[in-house]
Amino acid sequence: MASLKELALREEERPRFTGGHSLCAGCGIPTIVRTVLDSIPGPVVAVNATGCLEVATTRFPFTAWGVPWLHVAFENAAAVASGVEAAYRSMVHRGKLSGERVTIVVFAGDGGTYDIGLQALSGALERGHRFLYVCYDNEAYMNTGIQRSGATPFAASTTTSPVGSVGRGKAETRKDLTAIVVAHHIPYAAQASTSHWQDLSVKVERAVAQEGPSFLNVLSTCPPGWGHDARDGARLARLAVESRYWPLFEVVDGHYRLTHYPAHPTALVEWLEMQKRFSHLRGIQSVDLESMIEREIMSQWQELERRTQESRSWFEERESESA
Amino acid sequence: MAKTMLGVEVLTGGEATAHAMRQIRPDVVPVYPITPQTPIIQTFSRFVADGKVDTVLLQVESEHSAMSAAVGAALAGGRTMTATASQGLALMVEIIYIAAGLRAPIVMAVGNRALSAPINIHGDHSDGMLARDSGAVQIFAENAQEAYDLMVMAPRVAEHPAVLLPVLVGQDGFSVTHSAENVALLRDEEVQDFVGPYEIPYPLLGERPSSQGLFAMPDAYYEIKVRQVQALEAAEQVFADVARAYALRFGRHLGAIDAYRMEDAERAIVLIGSTAGTAKDVVDELRERGEKVGLVVLRLFRPFPHKALADALGGVQRVAVLDRAAAPGSFPPLFADIRAGYSGSAELRSYVYGLGGRDTAPQDIEKVFAELQRPAHGGIRYLGLTGEDQHGES
Repeated sequence: MASLKELALREEERPRFTGGHSLCAGCGIPTIVRTVLDSIPGPVVAVNATGCLEVATTRFPFTAWGVPWLHVAFENAAAVASGVEAAYRSMVHRGKLSGERVTIVVFAGDGGTYDIGLQALSGALERGHRFLYVCYDNEAYMNTGIQRSGATPFAASTTTSPVGSVGRGKAETRKDLTAIVVAHHIPYAAQASTSHWQDLSVKVERAVAQEGPSFLNVLSTCPPGWGHDARDGARLARLAVESRYWPLFEVVDGHYRLTHYPAHPTALVEWLEMQKRFSHLRGIQSVDLESMIEREIMSQWQELERRTQESRSWFEERESESA
Repeated sequence: MAKTMLGVEVLTGGEATAHAMRQIRPDVVPVYPITPQTPIIQTFSRFVADGKVDTVLLQVESEHSAMSAAVGAALAGGRTMTATASQGLALMVEIIYIAAGLRAPIVMAVGNRALSAPINIHGDHSDGMLARDSGAVQIFAENAQEAYDLMVMAPRVAEHPAVLLPVLVGQDGFSVTHSAENVALLRDEEVQDFVGPYEIPYPLLGERPSSQGLFAMPDAYYEIKVRQVQALEAAEQVFADVARAYALRFGRHLGAIDAYRMEDAERAIVLIGSTAGTAKDVVDELRERGEKVGLVVLRLFRPFPHKALADALGGVQRVAVLDRAAAPGSFPPLFADIRAGYSGSAELRSYVYGLGGRDTAPQDIEKVFAELQRPAHGGIRYLGLTGEDQHGES
């Protein structure tokens, strides 16, 4: 496990993602990208789906990327990464590359992952390419102006699920993408949050050590999209975890493990209240909406606890073997 | 399936194409099955399974992902080929444009087939025309031998430093992809030597990190696009050079156009693809009767060889341009291109034929030559249509 000091030193020695980009203050994305890239030991090729990250970091002729970086389109980052990985494998096999381990990392938002890129992701996971797919999940199409996505939570107001005389925000609950990914039986999948950077860093280390695909779903705060102050980004990310809205867990070879138990769970309302996208919940008829969110969150949490319980002995056996 | 051996074999266009791919030995082939491209990828998969080629074959989940993976592999530093047809090409088109913009020299075989609806698996050129303005080089083969030869030539065109663009090698669905003919194959090592190693300026898996696929604002996009246009224009000379090198070495010259009995022709047909075989027979027959007729077959469609075509048309008086694709609401693509770039004195007439695999018989071609003796019809004629539909107007 790399300490913060070690991560900072790596960043100094081999800057992989530099400042000067135009991502917003309080945006979770740069923290995710830096933590991911700094936690990977060897060479990296980054593949990026269209979205905030791509637009804000590569305005021609400038780039924030110190590693080889490729962007092709919105819906196909996993397929593009498949091609890079296949070329790597073929070139190593034919002696055109040394065989030094190169890690291929995809960065894509929730729109490019939950929705338009889901087929390409599913195909790549099924084919078993060795790559890490990182979804920076800010829960809507932020780059195009905050439209609802399959990741947008129930009742959240977006520009395409606005609150009006009839509309009460998004009418549907979000898709459980991590569960969909796990259903592909890949070696490693996890959820993380920028607030718990060490947890994220460890998960990256575990993910890239696999011989097959790995997946990280990382909650990413968005000041304009969520309607919060830039300075509250880290706090909001933490509240999402502590309220159990965004549990931190990993799934290793199909076995679940919560990697952080909120000792004193905070009330969900504390998290909701800090974001304008939920401000309509403060209205008169909002109690039922709020309790619907609460119910959804709690049932997911209980399910995770149950699965963690089921997998406990598997992890214990594994750890005693490696000890 | 025929055995891999030196010399002449009886192969379908699809099989011949798979042989070319085996001999080129690409690093990566991402592909998705679709009729009538399937003989290409099935034959190639068999070669991989039998250890005859060590390409990494990616069986992806859609043509969109096939082309996306191809871009990733080609820019990573591996020679990359794929194959598709019809709806598959339609699904790929978004990424073909991007491949051209990112200057990814991917070689793709296309079994040209009609587009839905109605769904139809047979040959026409509607799918290729979808990619017309993508920035890719587009070549069409007349028969299985040409499909093979053009496939062997294609990497050198695609990967030339002045070009660096995708190349689509088309062959008519079924009439070429599935029809067995004598095909003369080259030796594996001759093909390897002819195509040479794969070299691109900034491979992602190379020594120097680079960012590719950046976001370009109005201050830069235009210049980048015009350079890409110029690269496609440069492909005309590169194609001619590669064709000459191929002819010098292997004795078969496949230029941008194939001018057939055009020396003193007064009437001529211009077309693309497998119908050229039928048209050549008709030209021979009419020539025997003393009629001064000829045929021009276009192999290179993008970039469009305007000068070579004008030279071939020479002193012709009347030309029928036969398109195997429609461009609803205007003149069909081949005719529109010729009319836009041709400044000779011949009168040009537009015909559409063979949509959705409709047979074009020798009598149809004879009819066109006969009509060329009569005054202009104007608009577009639909060859081989039944009943009253045949006098379409534009």
